[in-house]
Amino acid sequence: MRLTCPHCGPRDSREFKYFGDAKTARGDDFASTYLRDNPAGEHAEIWQHISGCRAWLEVVRNVTTHKVISVKEAGQ
Amino acid sequence: MSRLPKGGIIDRTRSLPFTFDGKGYCAHPGDTVASALLANGVQLMGRSFKYHRPRGVLTAGSEEPNALIEVSSGADRTPNTRATVQEVFAGLQTQSQNRWPTLGFDIKEALDLAHPFLGAGFYYKTFMWPRAAWHHLWEPIIRRAAGLGRLSSEPDPAVYDKAWKHCDLLVIGAGPAGLMAALTAGRAGARVVLADEDFVLGGRLQAEALEVGGESSHGWVSQTVAELASLPNVTLMKRTTITGAYDGGTYGALERVADHLPNAQGSPQQIFWRIVAKHAILAGGAHERPIAFPNNDRPGIMLASAVRTYIHRFGVLPARRWVVFANNDEGARTAHDLLKAGAEVTLVDTRKDARPEISCRHLPEAEVVNTRGRQGLKAVEVRFANGNTEWIKAEGLAMAGGWNPSVHLTCHMGARPVWQDNIAGFVPRAGAVPGLQAVGAANGEFTTHMALNTGAAAAAKALGVKPAEIPEAEDTLNKITPFWHVEAKGRAWLDFQNDVTVKDVVQAHAENMRSVEHMKRYTTLGMATDQGKTANIGALAVMAGLTGQEIAQTGTTMFRPPYTPVQMGALGGRHVEVDLAPERRMPGDAFARGHRANWDEMGLWLRPSLFKQGDEHTWRQSCDREVQMVRECVGVTEVSTLGKIEVQGPDAAEFLNRIFLTPMKKLGVGHIRYGLMLRTDGFVMDDSTVARLAEDLFVMHPTTGASAEVLSHLEFCAHVRWPELDVQIMDVTEQWAQVAVHGPMAHKVLVGPDFMRFQEVEIEGVKARVFRVSYSGEAGFEIAVPARYGAALMHWLLGKAEALGGGLYGLEALNVMRVEKGYLTHAEIDGRVSHYDLGFPTPDKDFVGKQMAARAGLRGPELVGLTTVGTVKALVGGALLVEGDFAPDNVQGHITSAVFSPTLGHMVALGLLENGRARHGETIQMIDATSGISAMCKIGPAVFFDAKGERLRA
Repeated sequence: MRLTCPHCGPRDSREFKYFGDAKTARGDDFASTYLRDNPAGEHAEIWQHISGCRAWLEVVRNVTTHKVISVKEAGQ
Repeated sequence: MSRLPKGGIIDRTRSLPFTFDGKGYCAHPGDTVASALLANGVQLMGRSFKYHRPRGVLTAGSEEPNALIEVSSGADRTPNTRATVQEVFAGLQTQSQNRWPTLGFDIKEALDLAHPFLGAGFYYKTFMWPRAAWHHLWEPIIRRAAGLGRLSSEPDPAVYDKAWKHCDLLVIGAGPAGLMAALTAGRAGARVVLADEDFVLGGRLQAEALEVGGESSHGWVSQTVAELASLPNVTLMKRTTITGAYDGGTYGALERVADHLPNAQGSPQQIFWRIVAKHAILAGGAHERPIAFPNNDRPGIMLASAVRTYIHRFGVLPARRWVVFANNDEGARTAHDLLKAGAEVTLVDTRKDARPEISCRHLPEAEVVNTRGRQGLKAVEVRFANGNTEWIKAEGLAMAGGWNPSVHLTCHMGARPVWQDNIAGFVPRAGAVPGLQAVGAANGEFTTHMALNTGAAAAAKALGVKPAEIPEAEDTLNKITPFWHVEAKGRAWLDFQNDVTVKDVVQAHAENMRSVEHMKRYTTLGMATDQGKTANIGALAVMAGLTGQEIAQTGTTMFRPPYTPVQMGALGGRHVEVDLAPERRMPGDAFARGHRANWDEMGLWLRPSLFKQGDEHTWRQSCDREVQMVRECVGVTEVSTLGKIEVQGPDAAEFLNRIFLTPMKKLGVGHIRYGLMLRTDGFVMDDSTVARLAEDLFVMHPTTGASAEVLSHLEFCAHVRWPELDVQIMDVTEQWAQVAVHGPMAHKVLVGPDFMRFQEVEIEGVKARVFRVSYSGEAGFEIAVPARYGAALMHWLLGKAEALGGGLYGLEALNVMRVEKGYLTHAEIDGRVSHYDLGFPTPDKDFVGKQMAARAGLRGPELVGLTTVGTVKALVGGALLVEGDFAPDNVQGHITSAVFSPTLGHMVALGLLENGRARHGETIQMIDATSGISAMCKIGPAVFFDAKGERLRA
């Protein structure tokens, strides 16, 4: 799988680390910490470009087809 | 000899000696082991998997199910190599496999007589009684008898590599369609990779007597390949199999770099490529399929296309007298080519209406119903429409059952192929793999003209360029009347490699294993090295006939990567033995090696555990001496593995104040503070010292093993949670070497700042960051210098320490001293403890994890110190703390760290115990169920030595 980093361009997914549902990035409360969606379809996720620019990214991806719909910097 | 006097694209001027089962033969450059053995009159090349039937080659390509051989000897021995793929080189050693004692006389051929008992799923039924016998008797016997080939059981001496390639267009297969696609894209200036599994480019153009553009197809291929080779933007990859199609236009590819050479001479044996392509064209051609009839598996019976390949590419006529058995026009073509090569031919065609212009005996509406010849075909029995039969003497039989487009790669992302009636085969589903277009025979477009045309058109469309001009070529559609198996008595093979016959599919159907996926697993059809490339469709057709469905409804089993077998070594690449994972070495690594260091692994880091002296022969002797040395004099140890993270910017203080539970905002310049940080879920993430080097520059030292997680956490908070803060985070772990020098005499080694203060000190002209912190409980410093000075700093400090009677110490001594002092590691901070458990109060200010840490349920066992009070003086890390009888409900905690303290002369331990802080002075039992040790312990504060910290400030 490949993700297009807004800073570095298209890169193999091995350069990125997956951190789960993007909801977990949105707050400190119980729901954001523990309750994650697991849809069979489009899912907003948090990734970090760990072996690249180290930016935190919000990736919208269809988890059944692996089609990447969008990649942007998280928290923006 | 079966070599024709002329023809083929082999180099007849040179001879290559090689051996098969110890016997010497000669080949020419351009030969495979299969073509060379056929040229030498050898038909018998292997034994089948289950019945050990004698087998010869069926095909001339990578789909070969029968002719599997072992190549080379000793540690280099590679089993299950297809003789139809392995190129001959001078001195090549090959052996047959799956036979004993010899290929000609195989004891296990007796299994063939037992075939009535060995049908599909026999091991689920025959050996079910008595019950215990399966496990103890039958299964071990079957396991010993099963298997293909032998591994060398020695480490593979070959070197493999992994690499990446990027291109605009990947062309898979270099037949007519692939060559035209590459030519179109290459002339347009696109970056092209043309990969073909074969060692000769051209595909069927090298294997048939065809004309392209008014000349022989061999000539046209040579010219085209020469032009492609001259284009700097085109990469030709021979001997390269595209093994899988993956997300995002990524393809796996196995390049066999040196399998055709006597010696790799320093190059890798194979390279596993990951090719990232903006567009891809599948021009992988098609596989011819056999027809199932009784005893259709004898040496000498092969696919018609393979017969033509051996004639036209290798100049080999494998037998003199032939029967050609066909359900389509390829039969006449094969008969024609055989006649031209000087063979005697009888053409048996299942079709009534076919009237080929051919000068041999032609039997329409006839079927082959049996064959004779145990180790090589001798005669073929033909049945006519009126039911009469006739035996015809023949040493060769060519089967033409139609063609299956090579759809495999298009199924790798989950799509199923589509049935197409006019070719009686499956074609790729459009859009099955995004960015991949199938063309030519791989897409069911079988004529040479169609292949050339669709290849050029697809490349032109993908890249938005003009197609290359199409040379003239044959464009006659092959007419086929589907015909799958002959109704006659006897076993008719569908899957040659796994010995699956029509009877087995009938049995699977009778036992209700009717879905193709069930049938596959019940009969083992389509498994093992060939993955049923020649077998699957025939079996589907038989099942479809039995269920009364169309083949389209019956469907196919799933094709998954890899397309052909890939050796584990190639997938591992260079990541073997010590290179399995990277090794992180500290700047003073070589220095420590020069001082007899023993080593510990900490994650990827290597750290000295102790430094042996004199005749010390147990680790405890060295460790105790080192502890004593630091406590009484001075010791030096490298701590470069500690995380070193710089936090910079006008808002750095505010940032760290939010990160840490411990207040950091008012930390003065030049001051150091110890702090805890929590995860978002409220549990403790790590502890760390924080030093303020300047108004807007902090450096923190997270624990070695936690620093990657801490760095990510800091970056997340800075980038995502508080983008309004002006702060930059930089990991400088590898930029700085850090050395600890501690002990009562440390102040004689270096004059530095006061306790918990920072100072920049010049040492021999190098600016050093000196932190007055301690993990041993003794006064002293951690001194950081740029990494390149690390070894020099060690040398400098050790010289001073040794003059005072001190020396080096390692991780074991450091661990003893930190337990004596009750300092934490991740044995205590195990991801399940809260700051309350560790005895830290909650400050009023806000910090990450505060809200979640406030949950009532978060409090757990509390940190305590433990010493023994009974006769048993041993404490064990990981042992349970139990109140009363040893029962789950009575377990109240566990020991996190236990060491022998040479300072105190007995063992001390840290532990987590329910309500532990209120129980100081009480006793509790320690039970280690693994070693059987239990001891009575006294509960106390988590500090055993210098509780007031006076030594730190001395």
